[in-house]
Amino acid sequence: MKAKVYVTPKETVLDPQGAAVREAMQHLGFRAARDVRIGRYLEIELEGNPAAQEEKLRELCRDLLSNPVIEDYRLEMPDEK
Amino acid sequence: MKFAVVQFPGSNCDQDCLAALRGIDGLEADYVWHKETSLAGWDAIVLPGGFSYGDYLRCGAIARFSPIMRAVIDEARAGKLVIGTCNGFQILCEAGLLPGALVRNRSLHFVCEIATTRVETADSRFLRGLQVGSVLRLPIAHGEGCYFADEATLRDLNERQQVLLRYCDAEGRITSAANPNGSLENIAGICNRARNVFGLMPHPDRACEARLGSSDGRKIFDSMIQSLAVSQAAA
Repeated sequence: MKAKVYVTPKETVLDPQGAAVREAMQHLGFRAARDVRIGRYLEIELEGNPAAQEEKLRELCRDLLSNPVIEDYRLEMPDEK
Repeated sequence: MKFAVVQFPGSNCDQDCLAALRGIDGLEADYVWHKETSLAGWDAIVLPGGFSYGDYLRCGAIARFSPIMRAVIDEARAGKLVIGTCNGFQILCEAGLLPGALVRNRSLHFVCEIATTRVETADSRFLRGLQVGSVLRLPIAHGEGCYFADEATLRDLNERQQVLLRYCDAEGRITSAANPNGSLENIAGICNRARNVFGLMPHPDRACEARLGSSDGRKIFDSMIQSLAVSQAAA
């Protein structure tokens, strides 16, 4: 079972990588690309009961996987079956 | 007097730091491996530049959890002098010892050149005796040196005179052309509120001999040594 973590730059932080990619997309004729933001995506294979891991995982999202000064994160826990 | 140079896996300016410090008369310096857990007995701590843990995740994000960092944080809170250059600055920010963060250079280019930086305050144990407004020539070499902090943090840094160095032109003017990486307000180096922790992107360690192009880096280390001598004499 996989937990998924999406880390994205905060709105207020300049993302020069995203800006460069947006420009490349426009060069390729895709003018609809108004803004591009580049983040990180992590897949975390979990052992045991996911519900029991969520609190610790959320803590790690905040302390290790993202830097709250410049980034936001979203944690998706696996659906329980 | 003894300076510790902390080595993380991927540090690559550790030897520059050690050579620069050992070149100063009467100063002892040695490496401390990141798996150590104590920094007792050292007078000052240096976090060198490089690419700790390959810069994986974010620069400094993994080094910040190395065993030695618990000791660095404790010693910093107890008032010991700590200086982080380049990757060392990134680690200090990740560890929460300094506010803000260092992000990808605005140009996306790795910059490798001699930068000119202006001394912003005399109230510092790291820039002791230097004139406010004087210019230090120091090498920079980084891809993620763009200083970022939110508005409230920036205001606070300015009010408390925690910005120690700003990128400037050769005449000491703070201009956007003189900003090599897009740092907010041309910030090149800051200290904490207690003024005993200093982080800067430039490399004083690579500027301690005139034949290397500049000896201005030596002024920073000399200032630390003089400040320590004064406080040790008073104790």
